[in-house]
Amino acid sequence: MEISLTTVPRVRKARKRSRMSRTNTSRAENCDEIRSGTTDVRRLPVEKYSLFSLVKHGRRHHETWQRAWRDPSPKQSYDTVIVGGGGHGLATAYYLAKVHGVQDVAVVEKGYLGGGNTGRNTTIVRSNYLRDEAAHLYDFALKMWPGLSQDLNFNVMFSPRGVLSLGHTLHDMREIERRVNANRLNGIDGRMLDTADVQKQVPLLNCSPDARYPVLGASWQPSGGVARHDAVAWGFARAADSHGVDLLQQTEVTGIRVRNGTVEGVETSRGFIAARKVACVAAGHSGVLAAMAGLRLPIESRPLQALVSEPLKPCLDTVVMSNAVHCYISQSDKGDLVIGAGADRYNGYGQRGSFSTIEHTLEAVCELFPSFSRVRMNRHWGGIVDICPDACPIIGPTPVEGLYFNCGWGTGGFKATPGSGYVFADTLANERPHPLAAPFTLERFASGALVDEHGAAGVAH
Amino acid sequence: MLLIPCPFCREDRSEEEFSCAGEAHIARPEKPAELSDHEWGDYLFMRTNPRGPHRELWVHTAGCRRYFNVLRDTVSYEVLVVYEVGQPPPDPPGGDES
Ligand SMILES: Cc1cc2nc3c(=O)[nH]c(=O)nc-3n(C[C@H](O)[C@H](O)[C@H](O)COP(=O)(O)OP(=O)(O)OC[C@H]3O[C@@H](n4cnc5c(N)ncnc54)[C@H](O)[C@@H]3O)c2cc1C
Ligand SMILES: [Zn+2]
Repeated sequence: MEISLTTVPRVRKARKRSRMSRTNTSRAENCDEIRSGTTDVRRLPVEKYSLFSLVKHGRRHHETWQRAWRDPSPKQSYDTVIVGGGGHGLATAYYLAKVHGVQDVAVVEKGYLGGGNTGRNTTIVRSNYLRDEAAHLYDFALKMWPGLSQDLNFNVMFSPRGVLSLGHTLHDMREIERRVNANRLNGIDGRMLDTADVQKQVPLLNCSPDARYPVLGASWQPSGGVARHDAVAWGFARAADSHGVDLLQQTEVTGIRVRNGTVEGVETSRGFIAARKVACVAAGHSGVLAAMAGLRLPIESRPLQALVSEPLKPCLDTVVMSNAVHCYISQSDKGDLVIGAGADRYNGYGQRGSFSTIEHTLEAVCELFPSFSRVRMNRHWGGIVDICPDACPIIGPTPVEGLYFNCGWGTGGFKATPGSGYVFADTLANERPHPLAAPFTLERFASGALVDEHGAAGVAH
Repeated sequence: MLLIPCPFCREDRSEEEFSCAGEAHIARPEKPAELSDHEWGDYLFMRTNPRGPHRELWVHTAGCRRYFNVLRDTVSYEVLVVYEVGQPPPDPPGGDES
């Protein structure tokens, strides 16, 4: 297959959905039917979100909105079961149904949709990775972001406000310059900034020569930015549901049934669900799922922490990252400062993280932005990230026939959500790696063709 | 914040004095040249990464600088057993991998 690395596929529908039929069932009745949440309920046409629908429901005190997605009971079997209802799993389901016409799909989620790393990340989106393989994959994803809200009919609040990556030492600057040059060769909008440029972009940053972490310059990717993480999960969920995908929340996979080297389905807290293909998209819990199928992965699971402050007036209109001091910071549309830290230095599944890690990050933030030292912090949490030896994802088949994994995105997979779902759906539907995903199969840990992105993936983000 | 009892210093010290060197008891194959690429890749990269008791290698970097093994629960973070390198791995309470 020929694919272009620079143009984004226009997502086409495999099958036209029947147009919303104008029956005389009232909207209120439809809502009741949807709320009842049984699978045998006939699928109702999904109402488009628009100014018109806003006015219409506004006049009825917003009591008549459809539920965003159904709450079906599990069927006994599906063509494809996706384990993990984060952004990547939901996007995979959406593109499977929409692009490949595979609608007999369930997403099995042990908690609530987007409750894993998707709802816990600091939402930085960029594509300035060093190696060609990674740059192509992330840039493919980046180019999908501007059209995503339209495609999903859900505002994911993508805000390309630019991403700065600071250099504090000569070595940092050489690494950054090398990366920017590599980016430009790949058609990615990387740029070098000197200290004065950085100070102009970020007036509150301490760029004085006697700062604890002097700012010698930065890389700058103007097309990067942030998006609303929950909206990404909800938008993909609603769109997948509208294409017939069953979203099964509060359903934990407790076992993977394999016979004669072929997957048969998953044991869940709501009984066995048979499937021809099982696709695990479980981030930090990928190792636990692999063990259920008797496999091991080259992944270690560690908490990565973040926190938000009280809301402030607008003071930071771009994203500032610093790999050297382990911090990345932006201001949300609500006004809170969103601050991310490094990953713990040892494995853990406690969604909290080590105190010394977050302390280290906050020390650095206060040095970089002295005025933030007075800001009060509101909430703090951790997510379990799946760290790969080369800081790159694993996408593709496993030694078990019909069992696939999409994991290893570690500290930086949010930005790739649409692209990851797109290439993984293509991989599942065609039973061979999508060309962009081909360098990222498990095979690379035998062939040795690792894609070392420790520099660009840095610590986190 | 972990408090780790160093078996050599015989004191509970803060995690910041230590470095974790990853999964313990991964023996280097005796004849690497005879392994297939998959076997070698398995040795280098594949990990058990359990949710529950986990056997790890730690080093007291800012203390005695000696290596030792720790059996630690990756969910509760409780340090269950600390033992010297070369000693047989203790059985995790309640079986492996919860
Ligand atoms: C603090 C923090 C900051 C981050 N910052 C950024 C950033 O700025 N930019 C960026 O690009 N990336 C960032 N990331 C990384 C990013 O969040 C992840 O790579 C990405 O969200 C992974 O998405 P996912 O859908 O694969 O995983 P998740 O959203 O974690 O979804 C996996 C789902 O699987 C479910 N699951 C697990 N086990 C089972 C089971 N047995 N049965 C059923 N369901 C199961 C979980 O409940 C979970 O909902 C950050 C991560 C963290 C934690
Ligand atoms: Zn010691």
